[in-house]
Amino acid sequence: MLSAESKKKIDREVAKYPADWKQSAVMAALRIAQDEKGWLAPETIEFVADYLGMEAIAVYEVATFYNMYNLEPVGKYKLTLCTNLPCALSGANDVAAYLKEKLGIGFNETTPDGKITLKEGECFGSCGYAPVFLINNRKMCGSLTFAEVDRILAELE
Amino acid sequence: MEQILLKGLDGGNWRLADYLKRDGYAALKKMFADKMTPEQVIDELKKSALRGRGGAGFPTGLKWSFMPKNYEGDKYLVCNSDEGEPGTFKDRDILYHNPHQLIEGMIIAAYAMGIKAGYNYIHGEIFEVYERFEEALEEARAAGFLGDNILGTDFSFQLHSHMGYGAYICGEETALLESIEGKKGQPRFKPPFPASFGLYGKPTTINNTETFASVPWIILNGGEKYLELGRPNNGGTKIFSVSGHVERPGNYEVPLGTPFAKLLEMAGGMRGGHKLKACIPGGSSMPVLTGDVMMDLDMDYDSIAKAGSYLGSGAVIIMDETVCMVKALQRLSYFYYEESCGQCTPCREGTGWLYRVVDRIENGMGRNEDLDLLLNMTDNIQGRTICALGDAAAMPVRSFVRNFRDEFQYHIDHKHCLVSS
Repeated sequence: MLSAESKKKIDREVAKYPADWKQSAVMAALRIAQDEKGWLAPETIEFVADYLGMEAIAVYEVATFYNMYNLEPVGKYKLTLCTNLPCALSGANDVAAYLKEKLGIGFNETTPDGKITLKEGECFGSCGYAPVFLINNRKMCGSLTFAEVDRILAELE
Repeated sequence: MEQILLKGLDGGNWRLADYLKRDGYAALKKMFADKMTPEQVIDELKKSALRGRGGAGFPTGLKWSFMPKNYEGDKYLVCNSDEGEPGTFKDRDILYHNPHQLIEGMIIAAYAMGIKAGYNYIHGEIFEVYERFEEALEEARAAGFLGDNILGTDFSFQLHSHMGYGAYICGEETALLESIEGKKGQPRFKPPFPASFGLYGKPTTINNTETFASVPWIILNGGEKYLELGRPNNGGTKIFSVSGHVERPGNYEVPLGTPFAKLLEMAGGMRGGHKLKACIPGGSSMPVLTGDVMMDLDMDYDSIAKAGSYLGSGAVIIMDETVCMVKALQRLSYFYYEESCGQCTPCREGTGWLYRVVDRIENGMGRNEDLDLLLNMTDNIQGRTICALGDAAAMPVRSFVRNFRDEFQYHIDHKHCLVSS
């Protein structure tokens, strides 16, 4: 169900924890599974549960508790914009409005071509670089201006 | 001004070779060469008056001395790098620009408490930081600073990183432990405290990133010298994360006790010559203070507490006169509502209720009784929950309403904002 490469990555995470605590790797395993599949379908969650010897419901609890997991399909690029107070003081709400207008979508929506999903996030712990957004949970872009947003969007293929 | 955490960092010199050039791992080598006992290490920490940099300000040496000494079996060391308190971004910069100083601090801590394994729990949103930290761990292992028989001694310590994935509550230490155990991050009832029942049910010590990263300097230079850098009971330097309406937002490492006015000046002053209206001095969970009060304060635990707020994580959120305090509070209240783990009724229900009332005031539907209602609710949340998230939600509401009551009342009376921005 997951690729050999993903399974290898999960094994590397499992090795970090005591032998009888394989489930400590569940957060990492879900992250790795999501990186491969784009989102966590029920069968992906079940696969992770089997792989780590956990109950599927326990894995599902984790997947629904932490908000960076995608429980439904997202676009090729998920843009999560922080709008918390320090970012808001530095113009995050203007950037949000600009993104919504430019992409023609609101938060929690995906462009019709399936390319970009826009999300609102909570503090990324990067307020000195505000406003910030995160692309696919990985790449952080900071000090966003409208011109910078244009540049970044143009680079997304 | 002496710096010990950010000194000499240029953004690119994070690797082991660079760290060694800055006296890196010299404290660890000194500790072994001088045959320091674990008790001596803890004594230096106590002398230094280093207080936990994550927010609570608990004395680090004292915390370390709580670990059972003759315990047969596993004990754990955990670093809390789950930095998600709005306004705080210091640990991210330590991890990204100076990861080996944290690793060295953790090794020394592990030695002092007889611990063989540890984890560094890193905030989920900073994946690039996590990847770099993993690389730094590999470097430390390859050089013999981490792993079995460190530097040829009989002391061994294994350190790994664990990545969070978007839950503010995991910054609470017992929620963080639950999270490492592969569960929902819901805080545990205390006691028992982690020193007796922590990770996997074993004795565990948890400290913040900045706390651990301060340890090598203390061991190398002595606890008393560290104390002298700051003020009595407030030893050392502290990184303040300055965000909001200043010319140069960023991290500034200064001695504890530095006047706020000086810190503001270092951050370039108010943006565009605006006026300081309000400041949250310790991260979004701490009470907001008015600009006038703030300008007279020194940045140390005791001074800020005397003024009615807390130094917290050292996140200084600066707001100028264009900020509507109702709108600012509305955003913060939404955050606590969103991040409540849902375990305790006063927090789960109360955070939503707080948000909805602030939201209706902001949207011109406030009622005359709402301000007293908000204050009443905060009293029914704070101190009535398993962890401090309830307090963290209550303190901003109470302080915003008390310090800026006229502005809230104006919103209720006129159904729009006093501030035109």
